[in-house]
Amino acid sequence: MADQTLHRTVERAAREDGDAPVVQPPATRSGVIGWLKGNLFNTWYNSVITLVLLYLLLQIIPGLIDWLLLSAVWEPATAEVCRAASGACWAFIHEKYRLILFGTYPYSEQWRPTLAVALFLGMILASCNRHFWKPWLALAWAIVLLICGTLMYGGVLGLTQVPTTRWGGLPLTLMLATFGLAVGFPLGIIMALGRRSHLPVVRLLSVAYIEIIRGVPLITVLFMASVMFPLFLPQGVSVNNLLRAQAGIILFAAAYLAEVVRGGLQAIPKGQYEAADSLGLTYWQATRLIILPQALRISIPPLVNTFIGMFKDTSLVIIVGLLDLVGSAKAALTDPAWRGFYRESYFFIAVIYFVFCFSMSKYSQHLEKRLNAGTRR
Amino acid sequence: MSLASQNPGATAATTDPVIQMTGVNKWYGEFHVLKDINFSVDRGERIVICGPSGSGKSTMIRCINALEEHQRGKIVVDGIELTSNLKNIDAVRREVGMVFQQFNLFPHLTVLENLTLAPIWVRKVPKREAEETAMHYLERVRIPEQANKYPGQLSGGQQQRVAIARSLCMKPKIMLFDEPTSALDPEMVKEVLDTMISLADEGMTMLCVTHEMGFARTVADRVIFMDYGEIVEQNRPDEFFGNPQSDRLKLFLSQILH
Repeated sequence: MADQTLHRTVERAAREDGDAPVVQPPATRSGVIGWLKGNLFNTWYNSVITLVLLYLLLQIIPGLIDWLLLSAVWEPATAEVCRAASGACWAFIHEKYRLILFGTYPYSEQWRPTLAVALFLGMILASCNRHFWKPWLALAWAIVLLICGTLMYGGVLGLTQVPTTRWGGLPLTLMLATFGLAVGFPLGIIMALGRRSHLPVVRLLSVAYIEIIRGVPLITVLFMASVMFPLFLPQGVSVNNLLRAQAGIILFAAAYLAEVVRGGLQAIPKGQYEAADSLGLTYWQATRLIILPQALRISIPPLVNTFIGMFKDTSLVIIVGLLDLVGSAKAALTDPAWRGFYRESYFFIAVIYFVFCFSMSKYSQHLEKRLNAGTRR
Repeated sequence: MSLASQNPGATAATTDPVIQMTGVNKWYGEFHVLKDINFSVDRGERIVICGPSGSGKSTMIRCINALEEHQRGKIVVDGIELTSNLKNIDAVRREVGMVFQQFNLFPHLTVLENLTLAPIWVRKVPKREAEETAMHYLERVRIPEQANKYPGQLSGGQQQRVAIARSLCMKPKIMLFDEPTSALDPEMVKEVLDTMISLADEGMTMLCVTHEMGFARTVADRVIFMDYGEIVEQNRPDEFFGNPQSDRLKLFLSQILH
């Protein structure tokens, strides 16, 4: 709104210039030919690059379209029919999509994870709307999570119990990623603040945590959580394997996010702290009201980068025996009758991953634009 | 209706010191930036501090609201001694407003939100009341129509007037100005100085680090000259400019007054 007033003022000022003739910018780049000339063939080396790329595209695209669409087997068919065809075997996906999406979750009960995923995604979509960023959203999340948990685990209301060892596929991936980031993010913020603290003990602990976790691969963290952690527990006590992997992902995400947030914190001018101090705000008030809103806004691109990376990294839980989306896609390939259709299987989950990651990327761009409205200097 | 009308202590000029610095020393590493400062300010007094850059004038006023920590000596502001005790520091900061060279408005908040933030969170004033107060001061600095804009959309002079209004919304007893016009384009200096003059006319206790000697002449009760971390000379403005005592001040004045 404020932007519009500004525009109007500028326009008015321009009009009030009165008799001065309106000078248009030169129109050198109009039309398709102009655009081509301006962007693809403006220098000799750009022309060469354009031609080489054009040649490569011509080599790749027809074959790809043929495999994906034209020669592909679309209708349900047997593996033999598929093997005879030269294109992709979408009949394989038709046959196996429920295994890929839900892993080894009991076949007859798969409406439950379907409903849980739908609820979960619905909540995530709703949470993207800034008008819903109110306290009741947290309550709504709590309720939805309870429903999702009940649906997945069962054991009450006539739902048969499904142990977490049989959970898999998309619900598992979504759960690991969402909780990993939703819990890891606040933890990361605290670590980032801790690393800049004036209190030596707090700073030392934060630095040690960040550097140790960041210094090892996620696979190692998952192994530790899965294999070594039980050694420290007393006899007879066991923590669910899924929970351990989830904890590992949270801890790992927190360390990475902490450094991203710290980058944002460092970009805030000293004057902002001084202004907050001079007004009598306490450390936590200044941090919450002045520093973090600005620091997180600056950090949106690297934050989303880390979010997307973590989303895909959840596929590493296969190493501790959990069957996430990648794991179940692999499992679908072990059927002797359908051996060898790995291209279709991986293409299918690649599309799913892409949809989620691309949505995150698009949403972050939208958010960045909205949050920066009016504040751009 | 005056700028400081809602601040009962500020209108009546009495002689009780509201700021007292006794033997204040400060070092930046090896560098002795404040040397044995003894200095007091009466309620309602308007003081201009000048001196060459690096003379410690900004550091001195920043010690008054503990943005800088002094290492030796005693500073008492409005009866509260500044120690490392955070409670005391917060109590002093609530009563001392500060205006910075770089404005330091909060860029992610609108002008109105900039003004109401501290009253709401620090003074626990209800939101509606805080907004009324904010609009009152925005009118006093003559930019009420900018209330819903963001700082980045305002000119430098407007931003600095918002910054002054932001401090006034806390109803401070003392206002500190740290080179408030130094970052402004020349044509905007006057609007900010005018705001400061009207504030001074209403009896606000003011300490102002500035190079605006015209302002010092017309507004100040006392002008202080600092050099190498010491208060070299202080006097009424007519004496200060008309009859400087020390060679250092004579040299300084000859350099800035053409």
